[in-house]
Amino acid sequence: MLDFVQQLVSGVALGCVYGLIALGFVLVYKATEVVNFAQGDLMMLGGFFAFTFIGMMGLNYWIGFAGAVAAMALFGMLAERVVVRPILGYPQFSIIMVTIGLGYFLRSVAGMIWGTDDLKIETPFSQGVLRMGSLVLAYDKLSVIAATMILCTLLWLFFNKTTLGTAMRASSENMLAAYYMGIPVKRVVAVVWAISAAVATCAGVLLAPITFIHSNVGLVLGLKAFPAAVLGGFGSIPGAVVGGVLIGVIESMAGFYLPEGWKDAAPYIVLLTVLLLKPEGLFGLHVRKKV
Amino acid sequence: MRFLFKTDYEDDIKLFPHSGYVVTYGVLLALLLIAPHVLSSYLMSQLVFVCIYAIVGVALLILTGFTGQASLGHAAFLAIGAYTAAYLQKYNVPFPVYFLAAGLLTGIIGAMVGFPALRLTGIYLVIATISFALIVEEILARWESVTHGNEGMRVKTLSLLGVAVPRDSPTFYYLCLAVLVLTIVGTLNLLRSPTGRAFVAIRDSETAARSMGVNVALYKVKSFAISAAITGFAGVLFAHKLSFISPEMFTLQLSIEFIIVILIGGTFSLHGAVLGAIFIVMIDPFLTYLKDDMPGIIAGIAATFGAGAATAGNIEAKVAAFASLNGLKGAIYGIIIVLFVLFEPLGLYGRWLKIKLFFQLFPLYKRATFKRQKIYVKSERNR
Repeated sequence: MLDFVQQLVSGVALGCVYGLIALGFVLVYKATEVVNFAQGDLMMLGGFFAFTFIGMMGLNYWIGFAGAVAAMALFGMLAERVVVRPILGYPQFSIIMVTIGLGYFLRSVAGMIWGTDDLKIETPFSQGVLRMGSLVLAYDKLSVIAATMILCTLLWLFFNKTTLGTAMRASSENMLAAYYMGIPVKRVVAVVWAISAAVATCAGVLLAPITFIHSNVGLVLGLKAFPAAVLGGFGSIPGAVVGGVLIGVIESMAGFYLPEGWKDAAPYIVLLTVLLLKPEGLFGLHVRKKV
Repeated sequence: MRFLFKTDYEDDIKLFPHSGYVVTYGVLLALLLIAPHVLSSYLMSQLVFVCIYAIVGVALLILTGFTGQASLGHAAFLAIGAYTAAYLQKYNVPFPVYFLAAGLLTGIIGAMVGFPALRLTGIYLVIATISFALIVEEILARWESVTHGNEGMRVKTLSLLGVAVPRDSPTFYYLCLAVLVLTIVGTLNLLRSPTGRAFVAIRDSETAARSMGVNVALYKVKSFAISAAITGFAGVLFAHKLSFISPEMFTLQLSIEFIIVILIGGTFSLHGAVLGAIFIVMIDPFLTYLKDDMPGIIAGIAATFGAGAATAGNIEAKVAAFASLNGLKGAIYGIIIVLFVLFEPLGLYGRWLKIKLFFQLFPLYKRATFKRQKIYVKSERNR
């Protein structure tokens, strides 16, 4: 029983990271229907920025964290302007390929700049543990869970309660109509990419104490975030996080109770099952196809 | 400029629209046949890889280029073909039998992937094929009684009708070339048949195809099966060429390389598969060249522009350090993909057509002839 709870908590913590990356996909997908295959690599880059600010320049953890988020938000806007905007409106396959190319590029450039070693960021909560009876929970895992809940709530409020959020939802439904309604679509899309990169950075920095940062971390985790996004229904903010948590728990349970090998395959088996049985996911909208 | 007057249906579907084609491809084939006597063994080896990549490229073109179903899982089909060959070889099955068996098995698995894919479009299909490839990779690593897990499998020398064909021999190259030519001719025939036209109809508009009486589900599954089977054939050749296979050779990276092949070559014509394969395979020799010769050349250029010996040496060292950076290949891949999608969406073959048209029309060429149509993004959720 104790093992089960222990596995559950670490699964939820890992799942929150998947959820945060999936949240990044979903934000961009909601606003532009572009699926950003480089999301995991943005997360990796965010982690490296934070490492530069905190580990190399010796800044305070929170200042470094904020600096990395701000820098990555700018980077997200830049990436959107240079790479994605010129091909908005072309077949989705082209856009997928461009983001895959961007991911390749970021991965190798990060490898060139920061080397290929595993890096570690010292955080205020990387040491302590919370003891409840005989249950031992590490603070770093709890911090991931708490931060995910806060971010998710903020984003949900932003999308549903603010004017800018409504504008984003409108431009995702129909860009041309949104443009006619006076929404500056280009600027909106740029802001969405900035937010998405910032969320990815939060994931990267929170992840740093759990699995160290290296240049391939984005690829590995980015691929795991797809099952999360699909399970939650592509395009739903709470869905992304719930899907992420479910995938994290499934993965960690499969690693503990099933023979070796299931741990890595389980998320994808779940993904294929979901796609077969309920392609709109848990929280997705069910729409009929109109001719 | 040549005008082709088509007076009946047979004219329209001719393999060689005019005699120029026969001459060009005849010369090309002759050059390829004498290549082993001219080129170095390293280049020959690269040429064999070009053949294998081009076969996979053609397979991917059938699925992605002509049926419009994106797949990022073709490395898995290649792996299934390669492993079938390696496994059957252990029981002394002759080459023609396991070659066909590999294609058949991969085709069946391709059809099995095609069925679930019927309900999926766009991004969901891409994600599903990625997951399929990752699951296959995991199975290869764990099913040790058949695949020997991460230790990998040795592939014995190919033996064709009792004659051993080593992987470096010209005969092996001729075999790969023959498979490539047969694949291309077969695909061309497929594409001018009702099946091929159904594929293209599905790509252009699924709804329109269905209302014209095309059985969309059947043709999508067919497309998956054919594409997978051809990739399986390529897998057998791949296994023999490498003579050793292990699960970490068939990663997502390889699937992406195959997509790059058709993306760079051009997704609308079979020429694209071959051009893209040449491009991808030649990146490695190019990087070696960059590492070995480029620093000296750049330093030489700097010296001719009046740089001192010390400066030239400095430049040489810097260029050498840059060229031997670890992730350079990945960065080059990334830049190539982005630049091609942004600036040359029709690929190398598209560029060739543009150059050809420029000279054919000489003063009248318009850039707008090849301009892409841009549409405003409408939600897929309501489409």
